[in-house]
Amino acid sequence: MQLELSPADAEFRARMREFFTTKVPQEIRDTVLEGRHLTRDQIVESQRVLNAEGLAVPHWPTEWGGQDWTDLQRHLWHEEMQRAGVPIPLAFNASMIGPVIAQFGTEEQKKRFLPDTANLDIWWSQGFSEPDAGSDLASLRTTAVRDGDDWVVNGQKTWTTLGQHGDWIFTLVRTDPEVKKQAGISMLLIDMTTPGVEVRPIELIDGGHEVNEVWFTDVRVPGDLLVGEPGQGWTIAKFLLGNERVGVAPVGATKRALASLKTTAAAQMDDPMVRARVAELENQLLALELTALRVVAHSAGGEPHPASSVLKLRGTELQQAVSELALDLAGPASLASRADEDSPQDGWARRSAPTYLNLRKASIYGGSNEIQRQIISRTILGL
Amino acid sequence: MDFTYDDEQQALREAVRGLLATAYADHDARRRTVAEEPGFDRALWGRLAEMGVLGLPFAEEHGGVGAGPVEIGIVCQELGRVLAPEPYLASVVHAGGLVAALGSPEQKADLLGRLSAGEVVLAAADTSPGGRWASRADGVRASVSGDAWTLDGVADPVVAGESADVIIVTAALPDDGGTGVFVVDAADVERTGYATADLTRAASVRFTGSAATPLGAPGRDLAPSIATISDLTRIMGANQALGVMQSQVRATSDYLKSRKQFGVTLNTFQALTFRAADMYVSLELAHSMVDWATMTIAGGDRGVVAEAADRVGLQVSRAGRHIGQEAIQLHGGIGMTAEYAVGVGTAHLEVLDQWLGNAPHHLSRLAGRVTDHELVEAL
Repeated sequence: MQLELSPADAEFRARMREFFTTKVPQEIRDTVLEGRHLTRDQIVESQRVLNAEGLAVPHWPTEWGGQDWTDLQRHLWHEEMQRAGVPIPLAFNASMIGPVIAQFGTEEQKKRFLPDTANLDIWWSQGFSEPDAGSDLASLRTTAVRDGDDWVVNGQKTWTTLGQHGDWIFTLVRTDPEVKKQAGISMLLIDMTTPGVEVRPIELIDGGHEVNEVWFTDVRVPGDLLVGEPGQGWTIAKFLLGNERVGVAPVGATKRALASLKTTAAAQMDDPMVRARVAELENQLLALELTALRVVAHSAGGEPHPASSVLKLRGTELQQAVSELALDLAGPASLASRADEDSPQDGWARRSAPTYLNLRKASIYGGSNEIQRQIISRTILGL
Repeated sequence: MDFTYDDEQQALREAVRGLLATAYADHDARRRTVAEEPGFDRALWGRLAEMGVLGLPFAEEHGGVGAGPVEIGIVCQELGRVLAPEPYLASVVHAGGLVAALGSPEQKADLLGRLSAGEVVLAAADTSPGGRWASRADGVRASVSGDAWTLDGVADPVVAGESADVIIVTAALPDDGGTGVFVVDAADVERTGYATADLTRAASVRFTGSAATPLGAPGRDLAPSIATISDLTRIMGANQALGVMQSQVRATSDYLKSRKQFGVTLNTFQALTFRAADMYVSLELAHSMVDWATMTIAGGDRGVVAEAADRVGLQVSRAGRHIGQEAIQLHGGIGMTAEYAVGVGTAHLEVLDQWLGNAPHHLSRLAGRVTDHELVEAL
């Protein structure tokens, strides 16, 4: 047991901090740190800066741009990015489809997609959830029917985050309706400019356009765009969703958000009730961060530490709790959330209501917190 | 950075666990022990001494083993697992800690040597009736005549004060001179023992012109050192609470799998399994903070240790309330009974918190400092 980072890891962390705070454009970092929305161009630019330095996809196989780091190093990389306000590399590319293609794809698919995916030359969208397949993903009904060498896709996906920016979409489709529901699922990569693909925006309670419905009507997909084998889609999806041990909880970003409230709402920091609330949240975030460190320090080369399941659950709860504090500190100013830019109210206060509403999503996506409790009670407690 | 035990630490855990299992194989054994004088198992205390566990924190030249905080934490966790009533925290960690920090070489060799050998039990008297967690004494006053010191006043609660042979007392020095620490022979005080909520023992100790020997050089204000030893004891108390909570989560899971109602086992009901999952979340977060706080001690920085004590105190108190209450609720009626360990564990968690520092106390201190830093740094 030892608390200090090794000299090599401390040097690694300093190198990350130096790079993130000096090489990623200040305007992009300020946008993140102030909780404003990033444009597509800003997200792309930031990822390309990282990719040029080999810092966009460090967890990929080294032949495709990975870095062969330890889990602890990846944790430090991830935390330092959040601390500096650097946008995390687009999850659909860096954390989801990239590792899947590297693991299950053909050589042809790897060469065709991985470099462009790392550099965000292709913007991927995720086509998993459907109106009747949320937590019960295996009930999905979008079909792909063989026609010569091609697949013909029909159906509807939903909750497709940032699908309006998407160039390609990785989908789970039903290729065999006759077998057990998990066994009939395959993964198809679909060019979103293909005729028959239609993206329709969904307006959310925060007033933003973050998610979409994606409709497929007789969409013809070449056979070489199926990943792995037909029927292997469920296995691939489990790999994709269970792939991450690092960055499961957004600790760094939540710490940042809480720290900035101490400055932006400085006038209220004399109130003992406010101080107690901040102190309690800081403590809970420390416990979460330490748990994340325990998980990465334990899981090198072996099974993930059982406590990893705690991270998603508690990480999203604390992310939400900090947004509640921000809203309470904003008070009446938060009513001006949809006012014009020349509003006399502070920006952070105006953003607090939409941010609070937006972050209700965090305990729903990526396996809802009820699913996380199910995982803990079944696989850890054996209930 | 490393959150794992090395082989020797693992071996220590196994050895202590094995020894405790011989004395407290089940909760009945604990019930029998606490029902009789002196409220703990003297034979077990002797075997802990033989194993070197009682001397773990102390230097070899004083009869100890010279182990670090991680090792002491391991022992406290194991004691917590079986709700052992042995006064390790009070006697070795707290009172022994004061002697090790403040005593003269002769006092250390004498008191720590006999403590390590299991020949004496020490207790620390630092709380006045109605008092809270302060390093400044107000219930006991010290007087000096020539070289002879005497104490007057009442300390209560004094954990393990009933069975202690020697009492380490914090007392107000004459002429507003701050707080001193004194060694008092238990024969020179009036003691009234009682059982606490978890059936361990404490005492009300009255000093009436009781002869006292200053610990170390006389007449100095020792409040900062007293505070540091309290902080170290708080962190070790959190280790003990962690052991209790681990047992409670395990017992609750086992119970949900075996207890039947409506013809099925209770783990059929998601309303219950989700609550068990939340208990596990609280447990693991507390575990991380306990490991962290224990590791901060090695750095030797008094301010860092004080910060760690507040942080782990808050986290473990919150977790203890959550896990302790849910453990009883999910067991139902059986959890309310004295013959079942789970509810007694909840009482033990409360005793630890109210003795060493509860959540509002630690939160208040943290809130006072909340604008002194931008971010809380874990490493």
